[in-house]
Parts: sequence; C-alpha cells; structure tokens
Amino acid sequence: MSPTLAPSPARPGADAVAAKGWRAAHKWLILRRSSQIGILLLFLAGPWFGVWIVKGNLNFSYTLNFLPLTDPYVILQSLAARQMPEKLALIGAAIVLLLYLLVGGRSYCAWVCPVNLLTDLAYWLRVRLGIKGSAHISRPTRYWVLAMTLVVAALTGSIAWEMVNPVSMTHRGLLFGIGLAWAVLLAVFLFDLFVMRHGWCGHLCPVGAFYSLVGKLSVARIRLPARAACNDCMDCFAVCPEPQVIRPALKAIAGTPPLILEANCTNCGRCIDVCSKDVFAFGTRFKTRVAPVAGVPQAAPK
Amino acid sequence: MDNENKPSAAARRQFLADTARMACGVGLLGLGVGLYSRHAQAFPPAAIRPPGALPEAEFSAACIRCGMCVRDCPFNILHLAKPEEPMSTGTPYFVARQLPCEMCEDIPCVKACPTGALDHSLKDINKSKMGLAVLVDHETCLNFLGLRCDICYRVCPVIDKAITLDPQSNARTGKHTLFIPVVHSDHCTGCGKCEKACPTEIASIKVLPLYMAKGQLSSHYRLGWVEKEKAGGSLVAPEVEHKYNMPEGMQYEHGKGLSGNPGAVPPAPTPAQPATLPKALQGSRL
Repeated sequence: MSPTLAPSPARPGADAVAAKGWRAAHKWLILRRSSQIGILLLFLAGPWFGVWIVKGNLNFSYTLNFLPLTDPYVILQSLAARQMPEKLALIGAAIVLLLYLLVGGRSYCAWVCPVNLLTDLAYWLRVRLGIKGSAHISRPTRYWVLAMTLVVAALTGSIAWEMVNPVSMTHRGLLFGIGLAWAVLLAVFLFDLFVMRHGWCGHLCPVGAFYSLVGKLSVARIRLPARAACNDCMDCFAVCPEPQVIRPALKAIAGTPPLILEANCTNCGRCIDVCSKDVFAFGTRFKTRVAPVAGVPQAAPK
Repeated sequence: MDNENKPSAAARRQFLADTARMACGVGLLGLGVGLYSRHAQAFPPAAIRPPGALPEAEFSAACIRCGMCVRDCPFNILHLAKPEEPMSTGTPYFVARQLPCEMCEDIPCVKACPTGALDHSLKDINKSKMGLAVLVDHETCLNFLGLRCDICYRVCPVIDKAITLDPQSNARTGKHTLFIPVVHSDHCTGCGKCEKACPTEIASIKVLPLYMAKGQLSSHYRLGWVEKEKAGGSLVAPEVEHKYNMPEGMQYEHGKGLSGNPGAVPPAPTPAQPATLPKALQGSRL
C-alpha cells in the first residue's frame, strides 16, 4: 500500500458532515449496519425468542419453510470433495448466485457477513489509536487461499475449510453455541487491529474472494457521476476497505469510465457517505453505454 | 530492446519470487487445515450421528454444517460440534447417555437436511443404523450378576428383536437362571435408549459406531448349517449312520443309550502278556 493511501489525520468524512449534515454523511453506513444486524437478528429470533422466520445459518437457511438460501462457496467445496448435494441445497445456491449477480458479489461482505462488524471495529480502533504500520501481504492472497481450500477439499474428501472458517464459525457460534470460536474471532480482531490493516477481509478471506468472483459480472455498482468535482480530499480512500478499486474510476486511468468495475468493491457505500462533493452514487454497470464516457459532470444519481 | 528487457526480467524474477512465497505460505496453511481435518475424522465413539448419516468419510464432504437437523429435531437432542470438540466443526451429533434418539416415525432431521448428508432414502426409522448397542461390560451388567434388571431390554424401541434375554444357567448358585441381554445387529438402530437407561454408574451397555462394534466374517467363510439348509441336504458325503465300537452283544443308540446283554458273551480274556520292561531297563535297579 502506498503511503498516500494511509488515512489522513483529520477524521475522514468531517467535510461531508459539514456539507451534508450528519445523517446524510452516514446514510449508507446506517443502512448497512441495519442490514448486518437485522439479518443476524432474523436468525437469532428463532433460538432466542422462538420466532422461527429463518432456520439454519449462513451456509444454508430456510426462510418461512419456503425460501432456501445456500452459500455457493460451501457447495463448491462439497463438490470438490466429490459429493453431490440434494436439490434443495442446489436451488438455494442458484438463488444466492442470482441475488449477488444483481446486488454485487462482495455485498455479502459489507451487508451480511457478521465478521465484517468485527473487522470494521478493528479498523476504526486502529485509526483511533493511531496504530501505524502493517504487515504486507498482497491482496490477491485471498485467491490463493480460495484455491487452497478447494484443493484441500478435493485431497481430503471433506469440507476441511469449514473446520476453521471464521465466517461460518461466527455465525454458527452465535446461533448454536459459540464454544471456543470466540478465540478464533478474537484472533481475527487482533490480527486486523495490530498486524495488518484490513487484514482478514481485505487480504485473506476466501469467502470474500469467492464472492468477488461472482461480483465480476454483477449489476449493482458504485458510479462516479460527478468525478470531475473531486477535490482530492482522499476521504474515500481513507474509508474504503479496498481503496485500490477507486483510483481507476476516479482518476479515469486508461480511459476507465466513471464506474467502479473492480470485483473487490464491497458496495458498502462509505465513499458515497464521506464525499462532500457527492462524486459517488449507487447505480448499475449498464449506464456506461448510454452516457458518454467523457464524463458528463452531473448525470442523475439513482 | 535491452532497455525494455531489463526491467521485465527483473519484474519476472520478482513475480516468480512473489508467487513462490505465496504458494509456500498458503500451501503451509493448507497443509495445516488438511491435517487438522484428517485428525477430526477420527470421530469420538461417544458421539453418534443423526439417523441416515452417510459413512463418516462421505459425511464430512456432504454436510454443510447448516444445523437444519438440529432445528427440526423435536426433542432437541442434536448439537453442532464446537471448534474445540474433536470432530469436524459444525457437524451434528448426539450423546446417547445424555439424550438418546427418540426415533420419530417421520424422521424430521433427515427431511430437514438440504444436502443428503442425512440420506433421504431412509424412510423407516427402524432401518436406521446410527450405531450398534454393545453390552460392553459383563462384569457390571446387573443381569450378568444374576439380577432381573432387564431395563435395556424393556426400554428398547425394538423390544424382543434388537435385544433379547437369553437364559443361561447360573454357575455361581447352581440353581438359578441368568437372563443375558443379547443385542441383534440386524434390528438394533443405535438409538441409545438402552445406554441412557442403564442403571449402573457408568453404562454397561453402550452404543458404539458400527465400524467399532461390528465384526465381519472373512468372505470365504461358509456356515455349514446355513449352506445345508439352502441346499436342502448335506453338501458333503452322504450321511452314514455312525457305528459305535462296542463290546460284543452291546449296542449303543443315540438317545436311547446302551442296550444288550453284558453277561451273555463275556469277551474271552486273552492271556496276559508278562510285562516286559524295555531292554535297556531290564536287570537294572530302578
């Protein structure tokens, strides 16, 4: 990571709060936290209050005894271990794949995954405590880890990664009894806090890597309808968990349209919140064909 | 050309070094995960999989650890393994001594499984093979000690088929009967009711995984009486009536005993041979 991308000492988003007001400068953050906590509460309503809207966990869930949702990544591991799941699990995986093809693959990370709450907290603390320095592992490491999990599944004939996967371990632990999974969570938290900036979600997690591959073709995208208005405050780089995805679209590098097409954008929308110039907006990938690439300063944000 | 080649060679070297570093690091992690998962496949014998579970090797590939079986068990006997427990994290099991399987007729846990890790072809719970009850301790089983405990026999959902009481004489008293509980593997489902109900401090009858509890005859073994019944007659030589070598005038018939007149023809005593010592010993003082 080049030093220019390090968070500026001033709190990112301060300008946006001044320009747009606190609520508008936190709109997507609040929505996102509501989504993460709301989904968790939907799952918890059963075991905690006996209200069974959703059964199961993030690997497979059954909503109102009607809607199956399966994590396609765990199904892929099962297939690599040479087991063919029953129809219900396959239908669930197809629905989830279609869903993330629409809303953006790594939206899973920003809007659903419970570990994101923890790693976001670690990052927030890291900035607050002024913890500098970060171990360097390249971001594509996660694809190696992803490949490794599939190879191990094939070699051992079992879904081996599920034994240590902090993502499913967290969710399952909250719903079915956590055991020592809290120690794994603590390890991820401390790793992100002290060892590496955005370490787990941004560099290592194979679940995120899998969903980023789904997201290569996904429809919902961050657009930059007003990129000409950018005043180089760097706030978006400071809050973005995957800052490398912004630069090509913002700086029109190699004629990139004002559209973030990088697969690792998590569609978290923090860049929209913290930008005092309203450079960013949610949209779809398709508009590029309609709007001229040269950049109309103010296309209508969706 | 040279100017262009030099940086690309350096870049290539850098790329190869980075790739090797990555492959080694992630490979090491993979080795750890793989070995850990192999260890966890040595399933602890006290933990029993839900009905219809595939054999352990296939189960760990088919189960996606979603917990649907746990949720749909009306008696809440199932748990998902926690990371510190010595089996695949997140897979379902129950412990018979705590809460045994109630053998629901509609088998909701199997129906709930989205992947078939619990085999959907299991329609009759009485055909399930979660494990096999074994009367592991003959020294503490109360029936072996001569009491009429019989609890395992009474609680068995497949009474008189999975567990029978076989009478044997009590050699200790010489006049009582021992009622020995005998488990029959073709009917035992491994539900664990017997283990749960066993009144000894530590259960004397336990449900064990099939691979531990069940022996297997070599494939070339034939049971003579079974083969005979199949063939409708003896498969070896024609059966010859056995002739007993008896003194003259005596007969022996199986079931009837001795018959005949022992006094009638006493066998002529042959003149006794003088006992001869082996030559080596003759004349010597013994």
